[in-house]
Amino acid sequence: MDEQLRTKFILNIVFLLAVALLIYWGQHNLNNFEIRILNLAAIFAILGVSLNLVLGFTGMFSLGHAGFMCVGAYTTAILTMSPGSKAIIYFMEPIHPVLANIQWPLLPAILLGGITAAVFGFVIGFPALRLRDDYLAIATLGFSEIIRIIVTNTITITNGALGLKNIPSIKSLWIYWLAAILTILVIKRILNSSWGYAFRAIRDNEIAAEAMGINIFKHKLLSFTIGAFFAGLAGALMAHLITSVDPTMFRFLFTFQILLIVVLGGMGSISGSVVAALIVTIGMEVLRIVEQPMDLFGVVEIPGLPGMRMVIFSILLLLVILFYRQGLMGTREFNWDWLLNKLDRLKDRMRGEAA
Amino acid sequence: MNKPILQTDNISMQFGGLTAVSELSIQVLPGEIVGLIGPNGAGKTTVFNMITGVYTPTLGKIYYQGNEITGLKPDRITSLGVARTFQNIRLFESMSVLENVMISKHVRLNASLAEAVLGLPRYTNNRKAQKEECIELLKRVELEDVINEPAVSLPYGKQRRLEIVRALATNPQLLLLDEPAAGMNPNESIELMQFIRRIRDEFHITVLMIEHHMEVVMGICERIYVLDYGLTLAQGNPEQIQNNEKVIEAYLGVVELDA
Repeated sequence: MDEQLRTKFILNIVFLLAVALLIYWGQHNLNNFEIRILNLAAIFAILGVSLNLVLGFTGMFSLGHAGFMCVGAYTTAILTMSPGSKAIIYFMEPIHPVLANIQWPLLPAILLGGITAAVFGFVIGFPALRLRDDYLAIATLGFSEIIRIIVTNTITITNGALGLKNIPSIKSLWIYWLAAILTILVIKRILNSSWGYAFRAIRDNEIAAEAMGINIFKHKLLSFTIGAFFAGLAGALMAHLITSVDPTMFRFLFTFQILLIVVLGGMGSISGSVVAALIVTIGMEVLRIVEQPMDLFGVVEIPGLPGMRMVIFSILLLLVILFYRQGLMGTREFNWDWLLNKLDRLKDRMRGEAA
Repeated sequence: MNKPILQTDNISMQFGGLTAVSELSIQVLPGEIVGLIGPNGAGKTTVFNMITGVYTPTLGKIYYQGNEITGLKPDRITSLGVARTFQNIRLFESMSVLENVMISKHVRLNASLAEAVLGLPRYTNNRKAQKEECIELLKRVELEDVINEPAVSLPYGKQRRLEIVRALATNPQLLLLDEPAAGMNPNESIELMQFIRRIRDEFHITVLMIEHHMEVVMGICERIYVLDYGLTLAQGNPEQIQNNEKVIEAYLGVVELDA
């Protein structure tokens, strides 16, 4: 047993080193566009994992992720923009004097983006989490839109519908993927702790969980707030990736894209969400090819159709839901036990053939 | 005389126009095994739901160990020492046998989520101790060989037993069993009776149970309450109940003999 633990520990280290090496390689060999796509994938991984905590593990059908991202993105944007560009950008109405001269370093600003989103999550969760299932989905969707409307109308703080530009840019793969890996580690530890099992218990059978002494509301609120925190964090990172934000970015369609990742990867599988985030983000870019004019063997010529990749993605999703409902991973996780077992069996078979 | 561990004072439950339970007064003394019987729809499970806080009685009061618990939340009532099982088994489907039992220990964990995420000793030690406690408990009830099996893969009888163990893991003083023998054959029922008596003695608990199997009820209950359409029909020891005409008519069935 101890030996196995040590093997797994070593494997974990090797895996992390391999990831680090991959990031290092990517940083030096990929072009700006490709790095940007990978950074977006990291952000989607954070979003997918955090929505999975809420939806896949605690069983709360929440559709408020875009709203929490919006809060995180605006928080970090307002805190990190230089006073000079604030003076230029807020031309409709000048920025609130308290905020005009603030300029925070990036890291605390991004963290505060997450924390602000968590506060919003807590406040919204308080009334909304008394609801269940589709009612909860509608309520959180509504709240997420309310956040967007508030952002659009508090012009002295957010510059309203015009949005914000000149947000300090972060380009490094390291930052985004470090954030993603930390998020995955923290959420995994939460899920493997007593609280994680309490969340699963609530998902499996709320009545029984309550009868075992678990305060349902408190635990739901906890899970929801943690989910909101990481959504806010992802939103903040997104602001620094794109360097501009405006309220239309965080329409509820955005939440559906995260939902797509969770469903595709498997509700209740963290590794599934990460893999799906990579597939969806990279796939969206690769599929741009189909939007260009195509010449099929000189027989048929297809003119460039914008939106074609969304059609293909929708068909893919349809196929997944029809034939592979549990998603790529179901509720399974990638783990070393499984891999080691496979290897052992393979070794046995090889030995059997040799003999 | 002993003070009752559980006492309901004329509790009633109405759902709209339907009176599910009407002015029920029961008393359970520490260490007793008390049965609650009655035909389908008599309101037995509703009584359990009122005692455990799932429903708040429309009228009347419930006392546990002399303190009023009417209308408290289920998790609060569990922490006071009342545990229950369910008529239709409600195990946590995604979890193993051990994990199911460990859920009951979650509220007694003496550490914060932050400590858990950081893997600090207060959490890890606490959790390890709980795990050992649960394994010990599972050994005592002969479920140790299936500790890591998915709970739902167990045969029916063992699932029932696991549900009782999970309730025991909350360290209750009063255990409410909702039809523990449902769907069991005579042999399994006898085994269950012995099991219930054993846990009562070993864990020093009091048992209040709903049951349809008359052999089980008459076999282990020291006192019985009979409900019919929300009304209390009779109470007494098994012998008195078996000979009570009203009970025979409403529930046990009348055998008409040709003269």
